[in-house]
Amino acid sequence: MIQATDLKKALYSMRDKMAEERDYLCELDRHLGDGDHGVTMDIGWKAVAQALDDLDAETDISVICKQVAMAFLNAVGSSVGPLYATGFLQAGKPFKGKTALTSEDVATFWIAFAEGIEARGGAKIGDKTMVDTLAPMAAYLREREGGFDSEGALAAAKKGMESTKTLQANVGRSSRLGERSIGTIDPGAASAFLLFKAFCDSVQPREKV
Amino acid sequence: MKKLVNNPDVVVDEMIDGYLKAFPKLVAKVEGSGRALVAKQSLHGNGKVGIVIGGGSGHEPAFMGYIGRGMADGVAIGNIFASPPPQPIVEATEAVNQGNGVVYIYGNYAGDIMNFGMASDLADMEHDIKVESIIVRDDVASAPKREKEKRRGIAGEFFVTKVAGAASARGDDLSEVVRLTNKANESVRSMGVGLTPCALPQTGKPSFVLGKNEMEIGLGHHGEPGVEKGPLQQADDVCDRLIDDILNDGGLKAGDDVAVLVNGLGSTTQMELFIMFRRVEQRLSEKQINIHRSYVGNYSTSMEMGGCSVTLMKVDEELKALIDAPAECPLYAQYE
Repeated sequence: MIQATDLKKALYSMRDKMAEERDYLCELDRHLGDGDHGVTMDIGWKAVAQALDDLDAETDISVICKQVAMAFLNAVGSSVGPLYATGFLQAGKPFKGKTALTSEDVATFWIAFAEGIEARGGAKIGDKTMVDTLAPMAAYLREREGGFDSEGALAAAKKGMESTKTLQANVGRSSRLGERSIGTIDPGAASAFLLFKAFCDSVQPREKV
Repeated sequence: MKKLVNNPDVVVDEMIDGYLKAFPKLVAKVEGSGRALVAKQSLHGNGKVGIVIGGGSGHEPAFMGYIGRGMADGVAIGNIFASPPPQPIVEATEAVNQGNGVVYIYGNYAGDIMNFGMASDLADMEHDIKVESIIVRDDVASAPKREKEKRRGIAGEFFVTKVAGAASARGDDLSEVVRLTNKANESVRSMGVGLTPCALPQTGKPSFVLGKNEMEIGLGHHGEPGVEKGPLQQADDVCDRLIDDILNDGGLKAGDDVAVLVNGLGSTTQMELFIMFRRVEQRLSEKQINIHRSYVGNYSTSMEMGGCSVTLMKVDEELKALIDAPAECPLYAQYE
């Protein structure tokens, strides 16, 4: 079981990961966009952490997710703002009134997260976006059934992220690059993987989920 | 790159602070908001259709400089090169709403579309405000004509805002403001060239790399790569390339009238912009296209980027009247 406090701890470690990888994500974005993806994610996750500080006593998973979503959205706007906000709103939705997640619940959480982002942004696998990381991860969890397996889900997410290197962008700003978008990992796919990895690393060692 | 900043994390808020203090008679922050500003004259209850603009910071004087008489009423300000979130857009919408509808004008970027789209839903559901959105797609370099809906918005948004602001200022109703703004949007085409990059204050690194004697044709105004890199050419040759691509896109013929904007991207001098304008005038006059009104200067920048864009908007009698209408904003004004 993952308690609300474990979820919060994982969210803080996602914040730390974005701060650590800020320059790397900006570097990827300089090849494909305006070079600010790391800055945007860093700003957004700092705002998330601030919102979590104010939620010290809150244990309702859906309330935590809603606050995280709104904090991120209002801090960054951009395209990732609405995407991550929708992801967290959808992920938290089934857990109204719940203060802990079972292994099955964690799988449900991440599947809903990925589906929310896909629905909001309209990108498909192969468009060279964060969906290339998230959709295979969700597909793995959906097929596997029987709960959350971070090792397999992470491997699927990583493979998806790496596939963006050879893809040509089809949506978003980088789509205007055409063939010149080939050769660089999509920064949105990279940050989605790093966030998911930070989550798994945070919950895995203490809780066998 | 050197910049006059304090803490890179608060550049946008410090900029807004300074802007409000420089023009206290003209602009104000929406109460309780951090990133929504309104023109003070818009707060008068004259029942006009509200115009809300917005987008990322770093394009000054766009977008915050264009709220005032005859232009937009409210603006939502995002982080550098990032769409504002829905909250300040809704705050600006509520502040300028006078019961007769609000028009959003923004550029065609995935982030702006999602955030303004969410804001428009919230304005309707929670505040019962009717919102219409005009998405600017003037950059002919950003997608071929058959994929026009993918084109991004650049400096042409200035003309689209001018038309909307003038129509709403004279008391046109929502459907008429929308019709005229759409007409302006359909009639405007731009193309740019980049010579030197800009750097985000948070990273200090250039947004793209060009060789010492290289230029990039069709560069986007966030530094998105353009259609091709090549050796830097003389102003007339660069201008010809931009004008040819705009004219080849269609919509203009001998005898037509146009409004022209030669826009600096940030660090380009007035000297260079007038040299470019000189050639634009020569080329249009060869084609017997008449320049109705001209704008030369920094209207939509990319921080300290070097280069410029050329925008042409075909104007008929009703668009001429709107382009010629007076306007008074903190960072742009024109008189009869």
